[in-house]
Amino acid sequence: MNRIELTAVSKSFEGQDKPAVAPMSLTIEAGKVTGLVGPDGAGKTTLLRMMAGLLSPTSGTLEVAGLVPDQSLDQLHAQLGYMPQKFGLYEDLTVRENLNLYADLRGVEPSLWPETYHQLLTFTDLHAFTHRPAGKLSGGMKQKLGLACTLVGSPKVLLLDEPGVGVDPISRRELWRMVHELANDGMLILWSTSYLDEAEQCDQLVLMNEGEVLYQGVPDMMTAHMEGRCWLLPGGAHPRHYLTQILQHPSVSDAVLQGRQVRAILHDASDIENLSKALSLNGNEKSVEPRFEDAFIDRLGGASVRHSALAEILPQRSNHESTPAIEAIELTRTFGDFTATDHVNFKVKRGEIFGLLGPNGAGKSTTFRMMCGLLPVSSGQANVLGINLKARSGKVRRRLGYMAQKFSLYGHLSVLQNLRFFSGTYGLKGKERRQRIEEMIHAFQLEPLLAQTPESLPLGFKQRLALACALMHQPEILFLDEPTSGVDPLTRREFWVHINGMVEKGVTVMVTTHFMDEAEFCDRIGLVYHGKLIALDTPDQLKQQVTKASESNLTMEEAFIRLIAKYDEVHS
Amino acid sequence: MQSPIAWRRLIAMCRKESYQILRDPSSAMIAVVIPLLLLFIFGYGINLDSGVIRLGIVAESHNADTHALIQAFDDSPYIEPIVADHRAPLVQQLEANQIRGLVIIPTDFSDRLNRDEIAPLQVITDGSEPNTAQFLQQYVQGAWEVWLTQKQYRLGVKEARPIEVEMRVWYNPAAISQYFIIPGAISIIMTVIGAILTSLVIAREWERGTMEAILATRVTRTELLLSKLLPYYVLGMFAMLLCVALSTGIMGVPLRGSFLLLIVVSLLFLTSSMGMGLLISTITRNQFNAAMMALNAAFLPAVMLSGFVFEIGSMPHLVQWVSQLVPARYFVSILKTLFLAGNLTPIILINSLYLLITAFIFIGLTAFKTSRQLA
Repeated sequence: MNRIELTAVSKSFEGQDKPAVAPMSLTIEAGKVTGLVGPDGAGKTTLLRMMAGLLSPTSGTLEVAGLVPDQSLDQLHAQLGYMPQKFGLYEDLTVRENLNLYADLRGVEPSLWPETYHQLLTFTDLHAFTHRPAGKLSGGMKQKLGLACTLVGSPKVLLLDEPGVGVDPISRRELWRMVHELANDGMLILWSTSYLDEAEQCDQLVLMNEGEVLYQGVPDMMTAHMEGRCWLLPGGAHPRHYLTQILQHPSVSDAVLQGRQVRAILHDASDIENLSKALSLNGNEKSVEPRFEDAFIDRLGGASVRHSALAEILPQRSNHESTPAIEAIELTRTFGDFTATDHVNFKVKRGEIFGLLGPNGAGKSTTFRMMCGLLPVSSGQANVLGINLKARSGKVRRRLGYMAQKFSLYGHLSVLQNLRFFSGTYGLKGKERRQRIEEMIHAFQLEPLLAQTPESLPLGFKQRLALACALMHQPEILFLDEPTSGVDPLTRREFWVHINGMVEKGVTVMVTTHFMDEAEFCDRIGLVYHGKLIALDTPDQLKQQVTKASESNLTMEEAFIRLIAKYDEVHS
Repeated sequence: MQSPIAWRRLIAMCRKESYQILRDPSSAMIAVVIPLLLLFIFGYGINLDSGVIRLGIVAESHNADTHALIQAFDDSPYIEPIVADHRAPLVQQLEANQIRGLVIIPTDFSDRLNRDEIAPLQVITDGSEPNTAQFLQQYVQGAWEVWLTQKQYRLGVKEARPIEVEMRVWYNPAAISQYFIIPGAISIIMTVIGAILTSLVIAREWERGTMEAILATRVTRTELLLSKLLPYYVLGMFAMLLCVALSTGIMGVPLRGSFLLLIVVSLLFLTSSMGMGLLISTITRNQFNAAMMALNAAFLPAVMLSGFVFEIGSMPHLVQWVSQLVPARYFVSILKTLFLAGNLTPIILINSLYLLITAFIFIGLTAFKTSRQLA
């Protein structure tokens, strides 16, 4: 039988008190794409590795295509295609050599291979690249080649561990199309992901969190469950403050900013009267279509952090000063002939969240780096707190906090040592230093982790620690470079609760992101494209600019695509 | 049960490994640059012969006897005398490392000699370089004996010596230190190359995530390990031939034993040192750690405990015992025999046997540690 059957399967690792996979029973059928969905550290990879026979279950029985991995590993591998998270292509080998290697390893009949080879190349659209070393392919092409290598030898079961990570949207769509075609031919396909848009498109879902299965079934059923529980509330004059208030209400499962409005998910449809009364909404609330993300967060227990303990320890800053916190004047940066940032102008008020968005390679990182003094400007000015960075960057730097994309923590030092080190680099000493470290440990609940190294922690914890390190000296401005890339939705929410709390206290935040829903959390957004700032406004206004008369509720993503298309049209 | 080797998979894996070797210049660099560098450092840099030693002579008085003595020092091919009337300038030169030692001929040297008393001669050597100091002591003694013989001859005294010592140095008659250093150096080079080349390969597969993909195919443990050994044999043997060619061709070291035997033994040794590399690679799963560990576990013991420079016989018993675990020790012994003495079968056989045992231990441990699973 071509199916995967788990009966009370669990997996524990030595030295961890919680099992990576709690006893679970599941049946996964062939002929459709099953999504294994969950946040980082949910146990998805462990589960897939057990199915591939690379780990033995601690208890329970597991059958893949009628075979028990621990007993008949060789037979299992003869009909299994497994694509690990970072699929190991041999980067020195060409596309052709990689495929040939797998043909030999999987024992493909030599007379049939040329035809199969041709089919795989057509399927993955790699004909033009057969002589290119795999290391020189783009991320999307690597993933397609990885899939092709996994498909060599026509496996009956295909296990794909987060194949969509690091792949651009177009390639992701292609991978998706290929996998669906294979499923239609009767293959069993298990696709693990922490991306919700991918999850939503699967035929079947297995939703996991902390080693447990929370839901199994079709994605629509999960969303259907949310009917009548999703509401859009007017944000008033201070939406951010209002959001904090809403999150405190016991009937609210989750709430996020959407422009100047608040999107709230309730525990039960009947709770709306309650909430309406408590917040005196007077019928201004609007019921909206549930999204898959709403259902996902709700299944995982709703927003986990509802108020920022971090904000409590930060001093309240007054924002009455007239000089802008950040100001770019005709900011330009060239690399040889190439102009990465081209006469960019913007101002960021104190206590504002300013988002810099744009496709990869558009120049947003270059602009961002000049603004926090990491990259010298070619011409124009980058002023922070009214001081030109070129003239006196050292003086300003003390008042800035910076959190890099890769978190820049010391992987081999313990959490406590990292905190101590960074507090030292910001010039904190003695009693003040000890006190700040104590506060950060308390605010981010780092107490149980102090002796561990960041390397051994899940991404979400690393992110908390990195934020703690960047804020140790209580900066007036915080620079965040793609702070949430690779982080699951639950952790991202927690992160933004802290950012909101900080802004409430008067800290100015400048952030780059490629998550469109995160753009909604910003007060204003600058859209960077071809090195130029092609749009600069509030999220609602930006949407307004490109909304046609017949439409309402345009998504941020759609708005960006239209803004870029509009620019291309004018400048072509 | 699956058969341990399917030829098609093994060949495919070996081919893959060869492509990687050919396209990644670092392995080729290891196989060419390390031998050249080390061979020249060891071959020309380490020289245990002292050559001509500059010796300071303080002649506190001048007469026929002292002149004859100085003449005797001057006649010695190993000594370049620098004569002065008093100590101070020579002591300064000794401190500045311009001379290697001092001979002081006291004022009453000649008088005492003529009175048939014992005439003392003070020799000061530099203890911070004991090797040179020892040479110096011997040279001074030699020169002194020559002078004495000449003096007795002049005086017509014929003293019958009860014993005459005639020295012959076998295998290396001219006692050229390069001749025994270079075979030793070759075994160190081969230890380093074998261990470093292979220490990277399995760790690399883990780091790049290729191991996890390979483990999910039908590749067996034997195929995996063989594919990591066979292509590197070729590279290792290339380095070996390069070393042999350089040392016999350019450095003039004789090769008195059989070339074929040399190849066979080298293959055996490579198995052992590459086995050590594979074991390190398998345990660490990290290229940086593996390279550091290979350097420390292969290079240092090979230099210190192989008998390459430091004689094992004069080490403390415990260290001697530890040195038996160092494969390079056996290879040093075999290479010195093959290069300088010839095909002395018993020595080569017994050492080869030990090499075989260490190879089995390393490869066996690697196989034991190579799991078909991740954990």
